[in-house]
Amino acid sequence: MTARADGAPAIDMRNVSKRFQTEAGPVDALRPTDLTIAPGEIVGLLGFSGAGKSTLLRLMNMLETPTTGVVQVAGADLTSLGESPLRRQRRKIGMIFQLFNLLSHETALGNVAFALRVAGVGRRERRERAREALKVVGLEDKVDAYPAQLSGGQRQRVAIARALVNEPDVLLCDEATSALDPHTSLSILRFLKRLNEEQGTTIVIVTHDIKVADYVCQRCAIMQDGAIREWIDMSDPRPASPLGQFFLETAKGWTDETVLPDGSA
Amino acid sequence: MFDALVQYGDLLQKAIWETLLMVGITMGVAIVVGGPLGLVLYLTGRGGLMERRWFNEVLGYAVNALRSFPFIILLVILIPVTRFLVGTSIGPRAAAVGLSVAAIPFFARLVEQSLRDVPRGVVDAAISAGASYAQIVRLVLLPEAMPALVSSLTITAISFIAYSAVAGAIGAGGIGDLAIRYGYYRFETEVMIWCVIVMFVLVQLTQWLGSWAARAVDKR
Repeated sequence: MTARADGAPAIDMRNVSKRFQTEAGPVDALRPTDLTIAPGEIVGLLGFSGAGKSTLLRLMNMLETPTTGVVQVAGADLTSLGESPLRRQRRKIGMIFQLFNLLSHETALGNVAFALRVAGVGRRERRERAREALKVVGLEDKVDAYPAQLSGGQRQRVAIARALVNEPDVLLCDEATSALDPHTSLSILRFLKRLNEEQGTTIVIVTHDIKVADYVCQRCAIMQDGAIREWIDMSDPRPASPLGQFFLETAKGWTDETVLPDGSA
Repeated sequence: MFDALVQYGDLLQKAIWETLLMVGITMGVAIVVGGPLGLVLYLTGRGGLMERRWFNEVLGYAVNALRSFPFIILLVILIPVTRFLVGTSIGPRAAAVGLSVAAIPFFARLVEQSLRDVPRGVVDAAISAGASYAQIVRLVLLPEAMPALVSSLTITAISFIAYSAVAGAIGAGGIGDLAIRYGYYRFETEVMIWCVIVMFVLVQLTQWLGSWAARAVDKR
């Protein structure tokens, strides 16, 4: 199931949970969860809105602080690191987002160079490396364009270049293709797949789209109500849960006979 | 109409400079003190990078308390402070004390709101790239909020051009003072009209300048 089961895991989470305090009282976004991802794996976190998949992903680089548990990523225990070592460790963990989250006041080059700038890389070197990273994602002719002048797919490529310019061990993708049209999505996913094959980058993809998981992921966690219901091996998918079965049905296309996960027709 | 301009031209010119001086000092203090105060309100507020609920509540109450004073009352209350700082309670420099005290919380709230309008996801992206809080403020929050910050500055400037005229009621100098002493007490309607025209031109110029600057920094 794992690509390189011999080494230490790329991501190892033990008893990790997240409880948010809201006006209406505490909400368990993630119930105590164990999860291990080997280096070089592409793993999907699949579920409906509010299932806890984004929370789980955001715990992997401590965008959220876990309420309980231990989070080890790229060889360090993030939960025990101080502010400054945590920031350094985050450079080994790239992240891309549904709405790209680019700086509107910076050009494509400036956005990519930002990730190097915060790491203390000098101006000349970061411009060179940012230019190189933009070339890798096929945007060498858009170096000086502002995000507002780029299409959605181009913006996501800039965001990918920003995430990869520090050569991370792990790439976290939070609904990264959900705002893109199908052919742009496919080209982004192809790029991620190739990145994984050529560089061995571990990739975690949060999605509600089984097509995405089906195309790129080796295995998938089906999530519901803040918990992983089951793991599905995408090379031989045999889901046991109604939710897993629903997602797999969806991959083939909906029919009048498709059964919803709650059992209704 | 233009006879009055010839007769009172010098007074009007002096009044314009006094108004510009008052508003200039006020804007300087608003930026230097109100700006950081707004940043602190944002950073320590709910969901902020350095959330400190209790501290933020207290600071928020203090800011609101200051904003609750009717402006002219604030000026009167501050007279001892003004005497201590400037040595007198009349004239444009003295009025600038009261104006500045009023402008600090005013601008701070606008700064806080401008920063809050920066999409949270952009901050998330910076955090995941390994940026420190200082880097996020300097490289993300302030530049991303810059168009809104420039607009906030414009709104503050225009509001305090108007407030500076109110301060004329307690001898601040400036255009408001001229309008009250000559236009109102001495029934020289033409002076009053010229004062209104000058105020209108000042406000309009400020608005043009502000809008132009906001557009120039906006890359969205």
